[in-house]
Amino acid sequence: MSVVQMAKIKTPPPAPVTDAGAVAAVRAPVSAVPPARDTVRKFLQWILPPVLGMAVFVAIWAMVAAVSDLPGPVKTFDTAVQVFSDPFYDKGPNDQGIGWNVLMSLSRVGIGFGMAALVGIPLGFLIGYFGFLNRAMAPIISVLRPVSPLAWLPIGLYIFKQAQPAAIWVIFISSLWPMVLNTAAGVTQIPQDYRNVGRVLNLSPWKLFSRILFPSVVPYVLTGVRLSVGVAWLVIVAAEMLTGGVGIGFWVWDQWNNLSVQHIIIAIFVVGVVGLLLEQAILLMARRFHY
Amino acid sequence: MEKFVQVENVQMVFNTRSGRFVALQDVNLNIRQGEFVSIIGHSGCGKSTLLNLVAGLTEATSGVLLLGGREIAGPGPDRAVVFQNHSLLPWLTCFGNVYLAVERVFGRDEGRATLRKRTEDALALVGLSHAMHKYPHEISGGMKQRVGIARALAMQPKVLLLDEPLGALDALTRANLQEELMRLVAGAGTTTIMVTHDVDEAVLLSDRIVMMTNGPAATIGKILDVKLPRPRRRLDLTDDPAYNRCRSEVLKFLYERQHKDAA
Repeated sequence: MSVVQMAKIKTPPPAPVTDAGAVAAVRAPVSAVPPARDTVRKFLQWILPPVLGMAVFVAIWAMVAAVSDLPGPVKTFDTAVQVFSDPFYDKGPNDQGIGWNVLMSLSRVGIGFGMAALVGIPLGFLIGYFGFLNRAMAPIISVLRPVSPLAWLPIGLYIFKQAQPAAIWVIFISSLWPMVLNTAAGVTQIPQDYRNVGRVLNLSPWKLFSRILFPSVVPYVLTGVRLSVGVAWLVIVAAEMLTGGVGIGFWVWDQWNNLSVQHIIIAIFVVGVVGLLLEQAILLMARRFHY
Repeated sequence: MEKFVQVENVQMVFNTRSGRFVALQDVNLNIRQGEFVSIIGHSGCGKSTLLNLVAGLTEATSGVLLLGGREIAGPGPDRAVVFQNHSLLPWLTCFGNVYLAVERVFGRDEGRATLRKRTEDALALVGLSHAMHKYPHEISGGMKQRVGIARALAMQPKVLLLDEPLGALDALTRANLQEELMRLVAGAGTTTIMVTHDVDEAVLLSDRIVMMTNGPAATIGKILDVKLPRPRRRLDLTDDPAYNRCRSEVLKFLYERQHKDAA
């Protein structure tokens, strides 16, 4: 049965014969779209544009590959099937499955970001709350924030003498600023109404913090967290290229040394998908705190 | 007590970017215990400023404000405020919002069960037992304002301060809540100061109506005694000559003596 046929069956029975009723009966098949057809149309409207976009992208990729040395979609896909068929093999420190590499990168991001959150969120609160501290920190943050995170890598290597903590150090520095700045902005933007409630009730400092300040800043904190994780994930690839070890960034560098361009393309997709998943996870969490 | 709330020679000056702005000048007012006083005036006449001074949210530039003979220095739960935009905390349920206030006022002397009971009673009083565990965004504007009123009354304040509490509501909800507010305040016997720009609301609810002159340097222009017997019912009053006399007196003050040109 076609969609049009379904529509005809659901047409309402003829209305009593009045002028208005006649008009309504004529109009009914056009205006009253049956729910089933509506759902199908909505689904198509939702799925079609992204599918089309992907198709065009793959087509352009294939065309570029046809006139250059770049591996095309089919060749890359074949390699990807191999790579993902055994993601967790372990043949010594320099030859591990892509799963291990991604997990190692994620753990570095997790540790560096976690420490940055422990420092950045309380620091942001203090900066937002105390105008003096805000003005004291402003020049430092303004100067340090635009510095490329990788510029901190030599400092990390010098201090820690090891690649692993140096990479984590870079993640720490790069994910610190978004959380500090967003938390501070959130504190300064607590609505006066909520502050007044706290003032009229004369709440104790702890109650004021836990019932009014913190909940109203949470959405800003989560924005900072989202930006921080995004930056951290961007930076880890570059940091690992320089520090080596197991990790998706070093994996890319290793494949470049092997001149295996398909693997590099696969890595780009993997990095993109993992980044997307991280962001969506945080957005999902943030929705819970959208008052 | 004849002089429960005393406002003496209060002046309020704001330092704005374009210089000093005198909002209030020579304000003198005494309010009896248990009295319901409305402050009415055109927008920008400083009536909310006066209320904030009594609340302690702002500090007078000069002059003194006293409550029960003691100087008002800063805000406190003995002066509960119902704000125009309800000011409920969106991350707490109706219960949570009221409980926060109840806990603050009575938490030192009472157990958790008593505090919960107080909170439930306060919400029942405004007819919101069924919406107790809803969040502010899940209920209507009128219900939010009821929660605000419940929160204020549950604190058993010495003075209840209402800052255009019903200003943001539609006319029917507003009328209902006016009656309810009258019943609640009469029941608790709380001294109340209400800022409003609604003449009917002022006459219906108040024992006295304080009329403010236009700013800058606004002051009290006139005080009207509303000698209508209580309990008052809106429908009975519509044809009442005394009611209409009060109404027209306020209207005359606002639109003849303090006529404000349309901006």
